[in-house]
Amino acid sequence: MYRAQTFDFKKNVQAALADRRLRRNLRAAMDILIDNRHKAFPDAAALERLRSRGHAIKQHALNRLPRLLEELEGRCRENGMQVHWAETAAEANDTVLSIVRAHAARFLVKGKSMVSEEIHLNAFLARHGIEAVETDLGEFIIQLCRETPSHIIVPAIHKNRQEVARILHQQIPDAPYTEDVEELTAIARHTLRRRFAEARVGISGVNMAVAETGTLVLVENEGNGRMCTSVPEVHIALMGIEKVIARLDDVPPLLRLLTGSATGQIITTYVNMITAPRRKGEKDGPREVHLILLDNRRSHILADPELRQILMCIRCGTCLNHCPVYTRIGGHAYGHVYPGPMGQVFTPLIEGVQETGELADASSLCGACEAVCPVKIPLPALLRRIRRERAQPHSAQGGGRLKNMAEAAVWKGWALANVFPVLNQAAVKAGAKTGRLPTVAGPLKQWTNVRTAPRFADRTLHEMLNATGDGDE
Amino acid sequence: MIYPPTTVYFFATCLIDAFFPQAGLAAMRLLEKAGVKVVFPRRQSCCGQPAYNAGYVQQARQAARHQLKLFTSPYPIVVPSGSCAAMMKIHYPRLFAGTVDETAARRFAGRVYEWSEFLVRILHIRLTDCGRPVAVTWHSSCHALREMGVTEDAKALIRQLENVTMKPLKNEEECCGFGGTFAVKQPALSAAMVRDKVDDIVGTGAGIVLAGDCGCLMNINGALAHQGASATGLHLAQFLWERTHVPRADL
Amino acid sequence: MNDPSRRRILSRIRSSLKSVTPENPPSAPAPAPKRTPAARIKHLTQRMTAVHAEVHVVEKTHWTETFKALAAEKNWREIACGSGHPLIDELKMAWQTDANDLPVLTPCTAASAPFKARLFQVDAGITSTMGAVADTGALIVWPTPAEPRLLSLVPPVHVALLPAERIYNSLAEAMTEQKWKAGMPGNALLISGPSKTADIEFKLVYGVHGPRELMVLMLV
Repeated sequence: MYRAQTFDFKKNVQAALADRRLRRNLRAAMDILIDNRHKAFPDAAALERLRSRGHAIKQHALNRLPRLLEELEGRCRENGMQVHWAETAAEANDTVLSIVRAHAARFLVKGKSMVSEEIHLNAFLARHGIEAVETDLGEFIIQLCRETPSHIIVPAIHKNRQEVARILHQQIPDAPYTEDVEELTAIARHTLRRRFAEARVGISGVNMAVAETGTLVLVENEGNGRMCTSVPEVHIALMGIEKVIARLDDVPPLLRLLTGSATGQIITTYVNMITAPRRKGEKDGPREVHLILLDNRRSHILADPELRQILMCIRCGTCLNHCPVYTRIGGHAYGHVYPGPMGQVFTPLIEGVQETGELADASSLCGACEAVCPVKIPLPALLRRIRRERAQPHSAQGGGRLKNMAEAAVWKGWALANVFPVLNQAAVKAGAKTGRLPTVAGPLKQWTNVRTAPRFADRTLHEMLNATGDGDE
Repeated sequence: MIYPPTTVYFFATCLIDAFFPQAGLAAMRLLEKAGVKVVFPRRQSCCGQPAYNAGYVQQARQAARHQLKLFTSPYPIVVPSGSCAAMMKIHYPRLFAGTVDETAARRFAGRVYEWSEFLVRILHIRLTDCGRPVAVTWHSSCHALREMGVTEDAKALIRQLENVTMKPLKNEEECCGFGGTFAVKQPALSAAMVRDKVDDIVGTGAGIVLAGDCGCLMNINGALAHQGASATGLHLAQFLWERTHVPRADL
Repeated sequence: MNDPSRRRILSRIRSSLKSVTPENPPSAPAPAPKRTPAARIKHLTQRMTAVHAEVHVVEKTHWTETFKALAAEKNWREIACGSGHPLIDELKMAWQTDANDLPVLTPCTAASAPFKARLFQVDAGITSTMGAVADTGALIVWPTPAEPRLLSLVPPVHVALLPAERIYNSLAEAMTEQKWKAGMPGNALLISGPSKTADIEFKLVYGVHGPRELMVLMLV
């Protein structure tokens, strides 16, 4: 479907907008998620206080990041976990591979992890002959049809039950064709149960890591996360360095914000808090727990006081749900792992502003995302900032410089007209002579695909007031 | 601000100046009716928002500085647009943070009011409806709603008109797709959004859609006309002025 | 540690944060409203029932009799349990006294591999709990050597024994009163209902990878 390799954003957007079924599915899905969130936080004042608290917790954690990471590492090691530091995606992948090889595993079971998508872990493992079996139902479905997730929280949101029925029937041996959602779920359960039982390695993400106690907190509804982290002998936990929080006391408010914002639940079915591998006398649990701390440009982003705020993101997905653009094009159109408003800021920062900064243009800066972000990230301000970074005329990367120069010239002319209003008024008068803004060619042409062209007034307000003398001091 | 104020500045916005001057006049007249003298500094131009949003900060500052120099007396600055008011009130201090103009920008920003907010909360205007019964609907412009928080003030003004019924949109708070340069840079997305907004408007059965922002109105009116819809969009100021001062047969 | 990645990452973070003066940690919020014990029982029951958990309020003095009746009703063939907990001892006693027409009660053995396989075959697993959290409606389950992690995860039914006096108002309160900070178990769980998903068209389905049923015996 929409692949990052051939990233033509405009083309992706057009294709997505033309896909009626996708738009219908998305609209219905986002409306449900918006409504659920609204119901999960019935008290507006209490929600505001909670958001402020969430913001304070995450900001504090970022401000003390090096100490907290050291504390986390120390506690985890004391508790028997192994801690690995990965500067790049490649390093993280290599670390996973070496652990998997050390246990002679040919496949592993996998819970949902955005970081694993970010480093393209599954493809990497496949190149080395290791099968990564997705166990979250939505991820399982899209893995079977070789797609990528279209939403952070509900990865198969773009599929309806007929599509799912077809996929399972075609891809799973002996699976009957059924559109009954319970039967489809049972097929997945049955298929994956065997894999859980036989797996030597399980991989998970981390929702938050408590430095004070060395505890990894994972939330889920299906039980596959607990399976991945408790059944196999080895558990590998992948985590972006920005996910560390200072204290155990920080967990309840963040948990509430995360589950309420992501799915509108007051709590998920399971909150899984992992502090150690199997201890002496215990009969189960992994014998080894490996925590991989991933940097991948986060430590660079941290240097900018404004842009670092994107690192407060707790990956709830609610900015996607409320975004009028995401609602109309879905996650694949963005062509990268993180879609929606947070993705439009984060992706340019990890993949390059010149290469992917175009993503930040796909926003009317309506502010709906900012109004619901559980940790109060000022997303519109960050989007503007990405645009500003991209507009710098002498960018190091060069690519897009010509386009930038043309646009820069436009804004220079615009500024002149606004500083010397006689220019402004002259331009408007010239426009008024033709009656309408020029829309036959150029950037305004597409305006008239769906709208009549705006009409200049016969006289500007300036002219009217000059004539009457109204408004004089 | 001296309370009650006797004189205010009016910052009309570039869109009103060029495309909706009647709305600007109406806004000024209603302010006068509510008891203040209105001063319109002659060389005002654009608040700078389009360049600011596009990431062209130097150019945005140039336009903004020009306005800073014009509105020098300590009068409140009343703006008939949520997005321009927000640009001046909330973003000017950020735009000039760390520059020599920072203090001037803050002082300026502290005097900015959105038009309906000023009429309701400061001037406590009373309106009497002279028009015939009509159904309208309201589009909450994004910056007016989320940055300036003035939607309720606008609705309070409409509610003062006893022959006007408000029919709510299904997605009143969803962006209409204008977003300034967004409509030009991302035309397909913008088109999809305005089409949905127009369907919503037509679905209410109201003959008039009101908004406090001319960017939204330009966008919505263009789409309504393109579809041949009978509904039309009006700036709140123009609608209120016509309802309370021009008893026309067609209102 | 001489790990170069670690060194470089930490050093880059430190220089990135050079100009930041860390402020004090955020202060604790106003405590959440407290409910009476009776209200907590009611609220917990409501929340858990709403997500399809089965809640039975039973007298502490004869809970095993009630459970026997439930087990017979459900037609279970085999139930797995742990050991070493007073409530589980009571359970074993009750089974020893009279197990006619009842499912087999299998305590978890020391050997891990055979018992792990067994768990995939039994009909229910029964565990004690550390208590529960009323405001969100969740059980607190801490697996131990006596009650392994998979006991509450693998069997299709999870039966949880909850002493009603250990229902806390909130997670924050439970963490404080039970002094979690002083020593976290290897694995601590909050369990609010049977496993579920809505990944297909938002249609809610129970019993995905975790238990299909959660039965709570609230002991009063």
